[in-house]
Amino acid sequence: MIEVQRLMKRFGPKVVLRGLDFSAHAGEFVALLGPNGAGKTTFLRILASLSRPTAGVVRIGGYALPQEAAAVRRTLGVVSHQTLLYGDLTAEENLLFYARLYGIEHAGQRVKEVLELVGLERRRADLVRTFSRGMQQRLSIGRALLHDPQVLLLDEPYTGLDQDASAILDQILRTVAAQGRTILLTSHDLARAEDLATRFDVLSRGRIVASAGREALHHSGLLAFYRQALEAA
Amino acid sequence: MKPRAPFLQSVWAILWKDLAAELRSRELFSGMFIFALLVIVIFNFAMELDVATRRSVTAGVLWTTFFFAGTIGLSRSMAMEKDRGSLDGLLLAPVDRAAIYFGKMLGNLLFMLLVEALILPLYSFLYNQNLFNGGLFLVILLGSLGYAAVGTLLASMSIQARTRDLLLPILLFPVLLPLVIGAVKASGGYLSGAAREEILPFLNLLLTYDVIFLSISYMLFDSVIEE
Repeated sequence: MIEVQRLMKRFGPKVVLRGLDFSAHAGEFVALLGPNGAGKTTFLRILASLSRPTAGVVRIGGYALPQEAAAVRRTLGVVSHQTLLYGDLTAEENLLFYARLYGIEHAGQRVKEVLELVGLERRRADLVRTFSRGMQQRLSIGRALLHDPQVLLLDEPYTGLDQDASAILDQILRTVAAQGRTILLTSHDLARAEDLATRFDVLSRGRIVASAGREALHHSGLLAFYRQALEAA
Repeated sequence: MKPRAPFLQSVWAILWKDLAAELRSRELFSGMFIFALLVIVIFNFAMELDVATRRSVTAGVLWTTFFFAGTIGLSRSMAMEKDRGSLDGLLLAPVDRAAIYFGKMLGNLLFMLLVEALILPLYSFLYNQNLFNGGLFLVILLGSLGYAAVGTLLASMSIQARTRDLLLPILLFPVLLPLVIGAVKASGGYLSGAAREEILPFLNLLLTYDVIFLSISYMLFDSVIEE
């Protein structure tokens, strides 16, 4: 579903991604871990077609970036620590706006379904700026799922959420993962990543330095695997 | 393959979103209007002129007011997308990026025309001059369209910079020079009752400017807005 080969990204003299190779199959839930500055957000922004790669091959759902960016965007849902929502619109208006941009048929019905999925149907007529951070993030996931994307990119979605809001977000992500979507999550919260993901990749200095499935971590645990990967890098 | 939103539907969705958000917040329009009002009041007190001289400077004062107020609108309109991260939301949508440009540009144009519609009667009152002139309205429409066309493109360009509030006027005002000349001369012509042949070259200049910058923006917006 996602194939990346020898990906490079340079900002002026600074090289952020150095020949990164990555792949994720349909239905996989991959947690991308790494210290600050490792290049996680840059990598996700390239996958989301928000930033152009300097060199390398990126294919999502069979479409190449940046050449087939519009087709890739139809395949993707993106959630970041910023909600990408408009505070002066209601929850329903926000989703209807994005539904129009994605050309979704029967937009009203789809918006209703999504609001139910993220548990915000009772607050549909309230302005988003009156929502708590957790509610905004739930709505942001709803926005990302509106067009029923095959791939979901989540960049630090737990930033600023309290325990209750994080638990609700966990539940939504489990539901979404069970629907067979490919999910790529970046997070500093190893316990949460270990709980949700089926595969764990460690990114350090612009490269994937280690990768392991859930079964392989059974004995050592994610924290030990993560530390070893960073020490060896 | 899932459907792609038609171009006009996307333009309308973005325009609708800007209008709906502005109706609630009134952040952008009120800022532009109050600024424009202050400019004409300051000019009124700064220039102790006789009636004839006042009439001769009307076109210049009006367009200075419109362009300065417009700059505030342009800055805020794009900054609101950037600061709240929603610009990424627009860029992630599978729409022709030109639709994003035209949606934002039409919103900027509409807010500018609304401010102008309120400023004209106030100016007439303060400067005791009748500005209800069909020709002037046409010039205002063409001038504002050119301003919104180039301004939306440059505001999108400067949005990635940390010093965007400084950068926008520095980039914008030199590019506006032909538009300023055309708008001021054509407006002055209509207000002084000049012959049609004298005004026509400036109307042509405005029209050409609008077509050129709308075309350039259509072609460049995709690369300008990307990181």
